[in-house]
Amino acid sequence: MNALVLVLRAGVRDLARNRWLLAYAIVLGAIAESLFFFGGTGNQVLLSLLNATLLLVPLVALVFGTMHVYASREFVELLLAQPLPRRAVFAGLYLGLALPLAAAFVVGLGVPLALHAASSDAPWRALWYLACAGVLLTAAFAGIAMAIALRTDDRLRGMAVALGAWFVLTIGYDAAVLALVSAFGDWPLERPLLGLMLGNPVDVARVLVLTALDAAALLGYTGALFRRAFGTALGPVLAIAALMLWAVVPYLFARRRFLRRDF
Amino acid sequence: MISFDGLRKAYGARAVLDGVSLGLVPGRVTGLVGPNGSGKTTLIKLLLGLARADAGRILLAGAPTDEDGAYRARIGYAPQSPRFPENLAIGEIVAMLRALRPTATLDESLMDDFGLRAEWATPVGTLSGGWRQKVSLACAFLFRPDVLILDEPTAGLDPIAAGVFKQAVRHAREAGRTVLITSHILSELEELADDVAFLTDGRLRFAGPVSLLLEQTGMRRLEPAIAALLGGLRLATTGPGAMGAGRDARPA
Repeated sequence: MNALVLVLRAGVRDLARNRWLLAYAIVLGAIAESLFFFGGTGNQVLLSLLNATLLLVPLVALVFGTMHVYASREFVELLLAQPLPRRAVFAGLYLGLALPLAAAFVVGLGVPLALHAASSDAPWRALWYLACAGVLLTAAFAGIAMAIALRTDDRLRGMAVALGAWFVLTIGYDAAVLALVSAFGDWPLERPLLGLMLGNPVDVARVLVLTALDAAALLGYTGALFRRAFGTALGPVLAIAALMLWAVVPYLFARRRFLRRDF
Repeated sequence: MISFDGLRKAYGARAVLDGVSLGLVPGRVTGLVGPNGSGKTTLIKLLLGLARADAGRILLAGAPTDEDGAYRARIGYAPQSPRFPENLAIGEIVAMLRALRPTATLDESLMDDFGLRAEWATPVGTLSGGWRQKVSLACAFLFRPDVLILDEPTAGLDPIAAGVFKQAVRHAREAGRTVLITSHILSELEELADDVAFLTDGRLRFAGPVSLLLEQTGMRRLEPAIAALLGGLRLATTGPGAMGAGRDARPA
């Protein structure tokens, strides 16, 4: 059997039994269920779930992913001592991390949403976009986590970098953009701001889901610009393409490091 | 069988291996000894392709070890601190490693001798360090490799398991395999090793038969002999049929 598939299968089997991953799925499910329980309508629940997704998915993928890579170091050395190409080992390790994380997200949110589908008025398109956003954010941040852990040998420092990356991309980035808009409000900032928005996967994921919801007020300045520039047809396609790019680029960075580094 | 030729490796400004040349011969067990940080594990990692040398080369059966890793099919490796995915059972790990080398002839005797089959379904995360070491050693011997690289193999093993392991090493030697063992337990190496290679500060200070080291240092046991070397002696050998001399290993 292909080396990649064997390494991937071992990773998936290991994480499928991981209690922290199980807890992650349960927490997501509990959040969704409690939102429905307290009387939210489909749209309201979806907006709340979007916010939870934008905060939790990057945090879990970064922290869990970084810890997982550090914990797997000796096993990786054992794999690299086998007659296997490094590329296959890396691809297997990455997918063995990203797929169980993405599955936990889909199951965690998917089960309550399916249970309440009949009574919910949330548009199906928004649900699909939320699933896409969660899965692609997982892929992107799993890649970032691997890049951090492969770059930084010190576990404590690696974890600090992972938490710093989460803070910057979920909170700090928007604050910086807001400060930029305030400082250069008289300048034509529309194009640079669109570029800046695409430079943050969390913003792209937010805009992707909001384009399918009647929540213009929540789009924010950059989101509104995005919808005006690309409309509701081309906009989601572009956002998904940008998120896919965000999934690929950290993967390539981490792979480059993995192929070159000494273990 | 294996020759290290002028290996250099530095991490930053610190030279971990500085021009190490050494030959390992089939049918002999070599004990690689040296203080902590002397470069033993780095030498093993270079052989396995886990790290890349800054200079020098490694030949396995006359062929340079290359990037594609195919040569590693001839090597069995037990690392210093074996760790496996915590939630996988022993049986799943062994099955995975078997699938990675589907054409290899298997030697499962250590699986039986260590009693691993009784714990076949036990997740590795619940095993003690000694049991993990047994799994690691059994996997290293599993494919009847031409070369066995064993880094601190008896760390955490109980006396019975250590005895089983030593017997397996003797069988490997009789079968004409090349065995390289690092250990800080010199009495153990004395039992197993035919040759000894002594590294300090990344340089090979001695390479040759254990008997010659004892003779040259005037000691009866390996431990005081190594202590004598550490005390400043610089010995070497080029005995026929034994190991090739290191570049740094000079006669006293």
